[in-house]
Amino acid sequence: MTTNLTLSLLVGVLVGCGVSLLLSRAIIRAFLGVVLISNGINLLFVIAGGPMGRAPIFGVNPESEMSDPLPQAMTLTAIVITLALTGFVLALAHRSWQLDRSDVFTDDAEDVRIAAKALDNEMSDSDFDEDTVDTPDPDDDPDPGGCYPTGEMDIVTPQEFTASAGEARSGGPGGSGGPGGSGEAAGGRS
Amino acid sequence: MDSATLASILVPLPVLLPLVGAGLTLVAGPRDGWQRAVSITVLTAVLVDSFALLVLADRLGPLVVQVGGWAPPLGIVLVVDRLAGLMLLISSVVTLGVLLFSVGQGRSGEDERDGGAPLPIFHPTMMVLIAGVSTTFIAGDLFHIYVGFEMLLVASFVLLTLGGSIERVTAGVNYVFVNLLSSLLFLSAIALVYASTGTVTLAQLAGRLDEIPDGVRLALQLTLLLGFAIKAAIFPMSGWLPDSYPTAPAPVTAVFAGLLTKVGIYAIIRTQTLLFPDGRLDSLLMWAALLTMIVGILGAIAQDDVKRLLSFTLVSHIGYLLFGVAVGNQAGLSGAIFYVGHHIIIQTTLFLVVGLVEWRSGTTSLAELGGLARTAPLIAILFFIPALNLAGIPPFSGFLGKIGLMQGGVQAATPLSYLLVAGAALTSLLTLYAVARVWARAFWQRPVTDLTETDSATAGPLPEPAPRAAAGLVTGSLRLEPARLFELQDLADRPIPRGMLLPAAGLVVASVALTIFAGPLYGVTDRAAHDLLERSPYIEAVFPGGVR
Repeated sequence: MTTNLTLSLLVGVLVGCGVSLLLSRAIIRAFLGVVLISNGINLLFVIAGGPMGRAPIFGVNPESEMSDPLPQAMTLTAIVITLALTGFVLALAHRSWQLDRSDVFTDDAEDVRIAAKALDNEMSDSDFDEDTVDTPDPDDDPDPGGCYPTGEMDIVTPQEFTASAGEARSGGPGGSGGPGGSGEAAGGRS
Repeated sequence: MDSATLASILVPLPVLLPLVGAGLTLVAGPRDGWQRAVSITVLTAVLVDSFALLVLADRLGPLVVQVGGWAPPLGIVLVVDRLAGLMLLISSVVTLGVLLFSVGQGRSGEDERDGGAPLPIFHPTMMVLIAGVSTTFIAGDLFHIYVGFEMLLVASFVLLTLGGSIERVTAGVNYVFVNLLSSLLFLSAIALVYASTGTVTLAQLAGRLDEIPDGVRLALQLTLLLGFAIKAAIFPMSGWLPDSYPTAPAPVTAVFAGLLTKVGIYAIIRTQTLLFPDGRLDSLLMWAALLTMIVGILGAIAQDDVKRLLSFTLVSHIGYLLFGVAVGNQAGLSGAIFYVGHHIIIQTTLFLVVGLVEWRSGTTSLAELGGLARTAPLIAILFFIPALNLAGIPPFSGFLGKIGLMQGGVQAATPLSYLLVAGAALTSLLTLYAVARVWARAFWQRPVTDLTETDSATAGPLPEPAPRAAAGLVTGSLRLEPARLFELQDLADRPIPRGMLLPAAGLVVASVALTIFAGPLYGVTDRAAHDLLERSPYIEAVFPGGVR
């Protein structure tokens, strides 16, 4: 089968432009992209039909000179379907404009919510109520391992800890050594 | 009457009847009674017809109709083999159930008022959707499958954006574009197939694809698969589904969840077995199946809204279907076909039951639900059975389907297939966790609207210092804004019409029946899988005198 180079390149250009439009967040622009791609694919069907020939009417033209009618029929169907979809999508874009004064794709609200939760490292609130997580029981032994024989824990707030860590890094005094630092970090977190 | 004449009458009916029904319901317009009578009659007839088709196809082999008397490959052929017959039967069962549900919901439901549309379009659109689904199942060539896809897609666009509220338009835009893109991919695949083989008739393609170079065949296979995989919501192309389905009205979501993704899976089964039997992409499909299962169910666990949670389990369980196809032996394929039937019914039922929950409590958020086991025990039972079935608890069909799939995986005996079996078991357990969470929150715990005296006291200014117990109750039940709480109290305990309850109960019974008749059903799916792998029954039925 011979293919037509010009048409093939045209398909590439149409689909390429279509894809680049489709990446836009505006509904109309993205849909223009879809229309361009579908035109490109219609051309692909025309190419698939082989070289141009005479009209495929039986008895008028010799069979060997006819062009293949089947891809043309399929192209026609695809064009009609695209037309119907164009009407629908334009109506949808119009409706979106009516309601929202915008015709851009919006992120799904629920997705945004869950993404924000993940960012805050927050567990699903339906599973972990505040009183089952994170709230220490006052009856618990605050120093189960007995690392602080004095019974007094040196509670350091995270701010103080970062400040002291900063000093330690800059070589200043008051840096509380490796193991002590980590102990304080754990104490500050609880 | 000989079988050919009988087939030529029965085979087109699943498409013709709904289309005629679409016209009639549109004309019947505002007369509710007429519209409902037409829809129910049509769908009952389709149900009977599909059953007859399945029985005939099982007894006589594939039924073939040449549309307009034109022989293939010039003309269009309609083929109903065991697989298509089974899909038709299952889909007509669920569509009838959903239609009865929406009729029972009546015009008092905000969604059947069509959002103030000038014409009552719910019934006609549903009919077109069903015609499109049936077209895809009985199509004998690739382009006809495309046309079926487009019919059901356009109808689904309309149903999804019914009423045109802002949430539905937003969800609809995403859905429309994703599906347009997948259709375009499929269309370009058809063009490439035609360019390389000169035909789109499936039976003829089966032979001709063997003759073209390997690389071209692989490219065609990948393009087709990509188009279908987006429709079937296979990971990583599954992100669109949970964003779009939950916003639609309950009956619409139920039909979508049951049928639309399965149409994609059907197309994958058909093309993978008939056109590309060499199984070169099986390991790719297995990875896709594994990731779809695991990622989908992990998504479900993160959700707070029951509809979204179910949408994620839907994605996850698509992985099981793909698993059976990817394994590629008879046990796996048979298990996949069985699981398709099981999953269509279960997923539709669950969405309908959630529709009941929403009707009853005015919400589907897990944070706002509670106590349904006590206030609505019937809904609780209707949820409990399909939920356990979805998770694959032993006596139910979900378990039987999963066992079939795992047998296929073990028979294939590759490291990857064992990994898939493990993944399937894990997914099953996680599904149980997800539905148990819904059960515990929505059905078991104290209703959030049910305030004790302490709560009512703390609803006002908090006593200082708040006693610890009261503080716990505050976080437990007054997690909501007081305004929303009063709104929920107003919505709660709305009586459910019997017309909604009965169809949902009927589908639960159908799902249990699937368990009881699993033996004969597995017989049919085994024979269907055998035919699919053999390929020759299909090809010989379409071309009795050999492929020209």
